[in-house]
Amino acid sequence: MEKKLLRFKLNGLEYEIFINPKTLLVDVIRDHIGFTGTKKGCESGSCGACTVMVEDMAVKSCSVLAMQVEGMNVTTVEGLEKNGKLSPIQEAFLDYGAFQCGFCTPGMLMSATALLKENEGKVLTEEEIREGIEGNICRCTGYNSIIRAIEAVSKGEYKEG
Amino acid sequence: MSFNIIGKKIPKKDAPFKVTGQALYIDDVELPGMLYGKILYSKYPHARILHIDTSKAEKLPGVKAVITAKDFPPHFRIGFMKDNPPLKGTKVLSTRDEIAAVCAISPEIAEEALDLISVEYEVLQGIFDPLVAMREDAPILHEEVGSNILKLPWRLVCGDVEKAKKESAYVVEDTFTTQWVTHCCLATSGCVAYFDVNNNLTMYSNTQIPSLAQNEFLEALTALGLRNRRVRIIQVTIGGGFGSKLDTYPYEYIAILLALKTRKPVKIVFSRDEEFFATSPRQCTITKISQGCDRDGRLTFREVEMILDNGAYTSWGATTPSVMMMPISSLYRVPNVKYTATCVYTNNTYCQAMRGYGNPQATFAIESSLDHLAEESGIDPYDLRIINANEPGEITPQGFRVTTCGLKECIEEVAKRLNWKEKRGRGLKKRGVGIASLIHVGGGARVYKSDGCGTIIKMDDFGKVDVFTGASDIGQGADTVIAQIVAEELGVPVEDVNVIHNDTDICPWDVGVHASRTTFVAGNSALFAAKKIKKKLLEILSKLLEVPPEDVAIKNGIAFSKSDPQKSIPLARALRRIHFTTGGSMLMAEHFYDPQNENLNKEFRGNLSAAYAYGTHGVEVEVDTETGKVKILKYVAAHDVGRAINPLLLEGQIYGGVLQGIGYALSEKMIYDNGYLKNGNFLDYKILTVRDVPPVEIVIIETNEEAGPFGAKGIGEPGLVPTAPAIANAIYDAVGVRIRDLPITPEKVLKALKEKNKG
Repeated sequence: MEKKLLRFKLNGLEYEIFINPKTLLVDVIRDHIGFTGTKKGCESGSCGACTVMVEDMAVKSCSVLAMQVEGMNVTTVEGLEKNGKLSPIQEAFLDYGAFQCGFCTPGMLMSATALLKENEGKVLTEEEIREGIEGNICRCTGYNSIIRAIEAVSKGEYKEG
Repeated sequence: MSFNIIGKKIPKKDAPFKVTGQALYIDDVELPGMLYGKILYSKYPHARILHIDTSKAEKLPGVKAVITAKDFPPHFRIGFMKDNPPLKGTKVLSTRDEIAAVCAISPEIAEEALDLISVEYEVLQGIFDPLVAMREDAPILHEEVGSNILKLPWRLVCGDVEKAKKESAYVVEDTFTTQWVTHCCLATSGCVAYFDVNNNLTMYSNTQIPSLAQNEFLEALTALGLRNRRVRIIQVTIGGGFGSKLDTYPYEYIAILLALKTRKPVKIVFSRDEEFFATSPRQCTITKISQGCDRDGRLTFREVEMILDNGAYTSWGATTPSVMMMPISSLYRVPNVKYTATCVYTNNTYCQAMRGYGNPQATFAIESSLDHLAEESGIDPYDLRIINANEPGEITPQGFRVTTCGLKECIEEVAKRLNWKEKRGRGLKKRGVGIASLIHVGGGARVYKSDGCGTIIKMDDFGKVDVFTGASDIGQGADTVIAQIVAEELGVPVEDVNVIHNDTDICPWDVGVHASRTTFVAGNSALFAAKKIKKKLLEILSKLLEVPPEDVAIKNGIAFSKSDPQKSIPLARALRRIHFTTGGSMLMAEHFYDPQNENLNKEFRGNLSAAYAYGTHGVEVEVDTETGKVKILKYVAAHDVGRAINPLLLEGQIYGGVLQGIGYALSEKMIYDNGYLKNGNFLDYKILTVRDVPPVEIVIIETNEEAGPFGAKGIGEPGLVPTAPAIANAIYDAVGVRIRDLPITPEKVLKALKEKNKG
């Protein structure tokens, strides 16, 4: 199949790459560009490990074609820390022990970041938090620590910068 | 006892890597020139292979090697009973049987090549029910074994069950069945194998048993004609274990052979589909149980007969009866015990270790049956458990020497928090409460010749400590707990302790991350190594500070005289002083710790573990009698953990265990239809999501186990052991139906309610 040019921004950097237009976004991120923080857990949109942010929206990168993000900003887990400083939600995950094996963590963090961004300045209810991360499966933690971590950030217990 | 670092909620050591995407998992490993391997599985659950034609696949551009059974030595088998050829050449016994494998320059080409391999089969009648496989006229699946019943003599007899049964005031008998469930590690299985120019093998691996896997791969190399080679196992960040990686699998030997043929690194990573059907689940069981008690509620006997579907080959699943014996003989005081288990070959998937190692299946039967006995005898289920609770100092019929035991406290605490006396037996609003307890190994488990773990410690010129441990981290936090133990003992900040745990070239031997043993065994190993290095350190500091060694203390990396705190020296400076001098020295120490526990003898008696973990779970449910749906209103999990080294990580183990346990109880089931898995994906196989999480209260009971590091016992598995019976008992209390078959789906509840109403 004829390759096509894809232009988009990943974690603030501009990329221009030639790809098979059927390539999934997750494969462009992991294999073509080499950011392996985004994980592949099922390749069918049912586990959430590959969640990234397209603009400010959480998207399962195994379920969209890379060509669909033409001209857009994509953020992966590698884009969360700024100047070597962890983002509030990363700090909270650390303090609350919101992971064990850590494989779901990048996707979970991206869903949480999108959720918090969408509700900036508002204290989220537990129900809203559950809704925000319901597409992300975790087999290790039992979710409680993840909910508590997101709640803490939402309550403003962790500040940016 | 007061501690500086023990008992603190310290984030996991690898947290920064895991929250930034820097942690490398198996699928993230890329080596120069790497090839990608794929496996062709059998189309049928039982068939003869008449012919395999790989010629078209071999010709596909980009394909570098195609292998079949012919490429392995003819009698090479893997698994603990050596009944599993990595590639099957003449006969297939299950739909996950590996027939051929390909490696190519891309995963897509490898996949395409698989489609070009043609296999001619002669389809045979499959056997999918262990009871059918046990019949005398059933076709024999493994001709070389000569029987579908495995030659594993699981039989424990303590006291006189027949006599006790006759003398009991109350006796109940029930049959319970459990289903296949799978680990669902979020990262799928995989490895990268490569040979250097000297034919030494390096495996990037997810294994939970680096030292044993090393040994098994060495045997494989020998079988392949490569004698006296080296095998190095490098564990990547492991994306979930739960027992799934306690054995070596055919795919690993396939990767090794492909790497050997191509002289290139070969990566095999499972798809989610493969992860579901081609890894080994928890076994399903059929359990007939009978228990009795006297007029005062004291247990008189327990008799259990069990049949396990072994599947087509044998992995550690077949040895889970050795652990099932533990609760059967030793959960509550019961003087007369008889247990037999039969493992049967079928054309189903073969089974493995999974968190609890048989204990959840056995405890489901014991604790459900105990509730039945409570009803039969008219004794409150809580009282029945208190009457029979284990106590410190007791020796159980199987020969377990109980040291610390907080079972009574666990039962009492759970009942209190559930408001048991108020809520039990009311059935108001279709609500009910239930409890169930557990015993598990908490001080290692001598299931192998050694239950040991080695540690090497060195200190550098900057006062920093490197700990090389045999322990593996599968997310539970071995890295952090070991760092805390060493930091506490040495008086250095926990940040100054670096734990290296993933490379057999530099880390000492360890039997593996299983049996909830790592904190206890690897923790003790690290503690004793730290004590050794501390002794050397104190002698040196005593000279430098010019005070006796017993007067030296270390805190936050500063050494000082206890009697004259003005006399002090930073550890780093002291270490440099002794290093950079004529005839200088650097501090190092090692320790190999092997606990004082015993292999079970031929009668399956012996003190299997150096300490035992106890716990009780209590649950309040509401049952919707219109839909059969069970809602958990409250969940309390109390555990005797000896001591919580790191409550943050410990609670994580319990929360995670409880959630897996609730899935086991209510929703998870691998549905097999004549040997084919029908629900191998996250949409149809129902693990709990964040939507399903009930409120869980955790109670930590500290009994300070003398043999444990700073008093700790194991906690990796107990969290899911008593979950299913606690829920089943609560459902019975709520609506009066006892479900004896897991998972307790709404359909089963509805059906039972209908039958009850009819009767």
